[in-house]
Amino acid sequence: MFEANTLAVIFIALMGLAVLMYAVLDGYDLGVGILLPLEQQEDSDTMIASIGPFWDANETWLVLAVGLLLIAFPAAHSLVFKELYLPTAVLLISLILRGVAFDFRAKAVFSHKATWNKVFKVGSLLAALSQGYMLGMYVMGFQSTAAAYGFSLLSAFGVAAAYSYIGACWLVMKTEGELQQQAVNWAKKSGWVCFIGVVAVSIVNPAINPSVFAKWFTWPNMLLIAPLPVICFTLFVISDRLLKQLPLPGDKKCWLPFVNAVAIFILCFFGLALSFFPYIVPDQLTIWESAAAPESLSFILWGAILVVPVIISYTVYSYRVFWGKVRELSYY
Amino acid sequence: MLDTLMLSRIQFATNVSFHILFPTITIALSWFLYFFKLRFDQTGHPIWMRAYRFWVKIFALTFAIGVVSGITMSFQFGTNWPMFMETVGNIAGPLLGYEVLTAFFLEAGFLGIMLFGMHRVSPKIHTLSTLIVAVGTTISAFWILSLNSWMQTPQGHEIRDGVAYAVDWFEIIFNPSFPYRLSHMLLASGLTASFFIAGISAYRLLKGDDKQAPKLTLKIALTVAAILTPLQVFVGDLHGLNTLKHQPQKIAAMEGVWETEKSAPLLLFAVPDEEAKTNHFEIAIPGMASFILTHDFNGEIKGFNEFEGKTPPMAPVFYSFRVMVGIGMLMLLIAWVARIQLARRESLPNWMLKALVAMSFSGWVATLAGWYVTEIGRQPWLVTGVLSVKDAATDIDPTNVGLSLSAYLLLYAVLLVAYLHTLFTMAGRAVEIEEITEQEKAQQAKSTLALNS
Ligand code: HDD
Ligand code: HEM
Ligand code: HEM
Repeated sequence: MFEANTLAVIFIALMGLAVLMYAVLDGYDLGVGILLPLEQQEDSDTMIASIGPFWDANETWLVLAVGLLLIAFPAAHSLVFKELYLPTAVLLISLILRGVAFDFRAKAVFSHKATWNKVFKVGSLLAALSQGYMLGMYVMGFQSTAAAYGFSLLSAFGVAAAYSYIGACWLVMKTEGELQQQAVNWAKKSGWVCFIGVVAVSIVNPAINPSVFAKWFTWPNMLLIAPLPVICFTLFVISDRLLKQLPLPGDKKCWLPFVNAVAIFILCFFGLALSFFPYIVPDQLTIWESAAAPESLSFILWGAILVVPVIISYTVYSYRVFWGKVRELSYY
Repeated sequence: MLDTLMLSRIQFATNVSFHILFPTITIALSWFLYFFKLRFDQTGHPIWMRAYRFWVKIFALTFAIGVVSGITMSFQFGTNWPMFMETVGNIAGPLLGYEVLTAFFLEAGFLGIMLFGMHRVSPKIHTLSTLIVAVGTTISAFWILSLNSWMQTPQGHEIRDGVAYAVDWFEIIFNPSFPYRLSHMLLASGLTASFFIAGISAYRLLKGDDKQAPKLTLKIALTVAAILTPLQVFVGDLHGLNTLKHQPQKIAAMEGVWETEKSAPLLLFAVPDEEAKTNHFEIAIPGMASFILTHDFNGEIKGFNEFEGKTPPMAPVFYSFRVMVGIGMLMLLIAWVARIQLARRESLPNWMLKALVAMSFSGWVATLAGWYVTEIGRQPWLVTGVLSVKDAATDIDPTNVGLSLSAYLLLYAVLLVAYLHTLFTMAGRAVEIEEITEQEKAQQAKSTLALNS
């Protein structure tokens, strides 16, 4: 139906969608985990309740992203995960730890609950750091130089800050009272750390990657790429000003910082994606070189065309069911 | 000795063995939950809701561990078996992809409503969400077993330049061993969950919980077990016949046949000796293996000598098979005796309750043993006739694999202990909670009595 080259582009777009969905969705719930205040049991309960019905579905986007990489670009999949063997193991172990802590804390005898809360927090933080580190190594084309490791560490903290930021914005939207006030403070602080991270990555990335530099600073690409940082910067400023006013009477605009954060995530994602397209492994492998056989890709594409809209609609449905401020989380 | 290949194999086996423990429970437990909820909707009797509430908590915990250990699985193919995807990725990829699209999202999307949404949606929608989660887990088993069966008995593809390309998707999905493997695994899940429910309910009864809910779940679980065990023995037999047709070397390993023989005996016990290519300490029923496999006491069974060294290690396959079948027979016995006792006297004697508690996790052991038969019996192939295990391995530094493997082993040991500990605390606590409310009720009744007099 489609020819091989078109299929490769369709699949990289689908994979991009999955990665972006993952970063936003699991981003906020990892962020909530990172922010967990260990001293205040009650706040911890409310915060975890706010992500309870969603975290599992959020993580499924990661499975889809990895799955698509595996399905559509098998050569890239093995190359990437061979290079990132240990960080991947750290990521998986932290995801396991936080996933099980989520459930054990609700069921364990009371004296163990504080321990599981700690596990949840540490697991969330490690997961964010390892993702950031992997992103950094990827951007640097898996070089083993001091610069590459330094950049990856920077990126690790950048991603952790970004997740805390979007997590705090989520809490501003989903909670009320003192906790909401606390969330506003977290959002303000982590917003600035995140902003510094974005700026640093945007400077360092073209500075050490000649091919990225070439892409960003030539016509007509510049026209496409230049607005991204400008809008991004504006959004950070708007968000900061807004956070200074929140909470407003009647809790107006409590959802705005979250929407703002999502927009920032989308912009950053496009910035990175445009820097590397059409490479799937920077400077090594293009999407066309690594794509799987067309008959396999068409087979799964038809399924995806049918199923992805359904997935999105029941995801929206589930968010509507749990709309509004969180209440106590109880299994029934 | 422990090179990257060996470490990768151990790591893969560890991860998948840990993972499968949880799906085997959740696949069938989700159907039990749907049944409880449906009965509650129909009758409005609170006992069904009590059963649902207790088991949905255990389900949530089990499901969570299933999900996170599953995520590890999906990365494994790339991290440890790069050549697997490069050789058969055109087939394995779409099957895994369909699993994510049609099963994982479905489960995860409705799990939130099932667990936390009872007061936010109508009872109908809630019951429907429970059903959708159950359907999702079963669809997931469908796809992953299709892939695994294709690796055992591949068809519907062609090899060009050493890479497999799909020719006919229908043939790939419904490959020869798939119907048997899917039904055998779903029944295995049903049995694992019923013995799990029966065991924990029996534990609650032994702890002095004489409420009706554990009695009810015990009865339902035993009924299901009594129906499924004979079915499993029957399907297992068909599965064996299918394997004889497509993977005779695996059957030779399962039956302990070194040299092709007519009228082969059924070995109840033996110690296969890889060096001497013979068995020691045989306890056998003459001619029986031939009869079971060929329906003729004089039938011929091919031995290891026929396969030119392309045979699996015999001992692990041979022993695992006996563990699985042994547990299957024990399950048959216990399920029927207990169910008949229950029908006669409305309650079980203490020794039977204790036996059921002891059998709580027998399904796990049988399931793992069954998978070891299947997977080790496929060696030295990864995909029969297409790709051997050693050609699929990664070439990364063994230290890295050693590191990750040790971390996983430690983590899984801790999680398994925490899981079992939490299960039994919950079972014990359920008793206490209901006792307290019962006490309070008694007190209330007393005080109203006092007021009235
Ligand atoms: C017969 C059933 C069965 C078998 C053999 C496997 N799984 Fe599994 N898996 C399930 C049945 C299942 C399930 C019932 O669908 C789970 C368990 C709990 C859950 O949430 O879904 C699951 C979860 C699960 C998840 C998380 C899904 C999510 O995010 O919701 C992944 C990524 C995998 N599995 C991947 C695998 C891989 C790569 C396997 C083989 C090598 C594998 N599973 C064997
Ligand atoms: C869920 C239950 C399963 C269990 C308990 C299990 C167990 C095992 C074991 C013990 C081995 C090692 C055999 C050996 O090296 O001697 C193995 C190998 C393997 N299995 Fe499975 N398996 C399961 C399901 C699957 C499924 C569903 C797939 C794929 C879709 C799969 C793919 C593989 C692969 C790729 C290997 C190669 C590694 C190796 O041979 O060591 N397994 N499995
Ligand atoms: C008692 C009679 C049983 C017989 C005759 C039997 C037969 C078999 C055979 C022949 C295989 C290997 C098929 C192959 O790889 O080609 C197998 C695998 C397996 N068995 Fe059994 N089995 C029995 C009972 C059980 C029980 C009670 C359970 C679990 C509760 C179980 C769980 C499994 C599993 C999970 C596998 C691996 C997956 C598969 O290949 O289907 N079996 N069984």
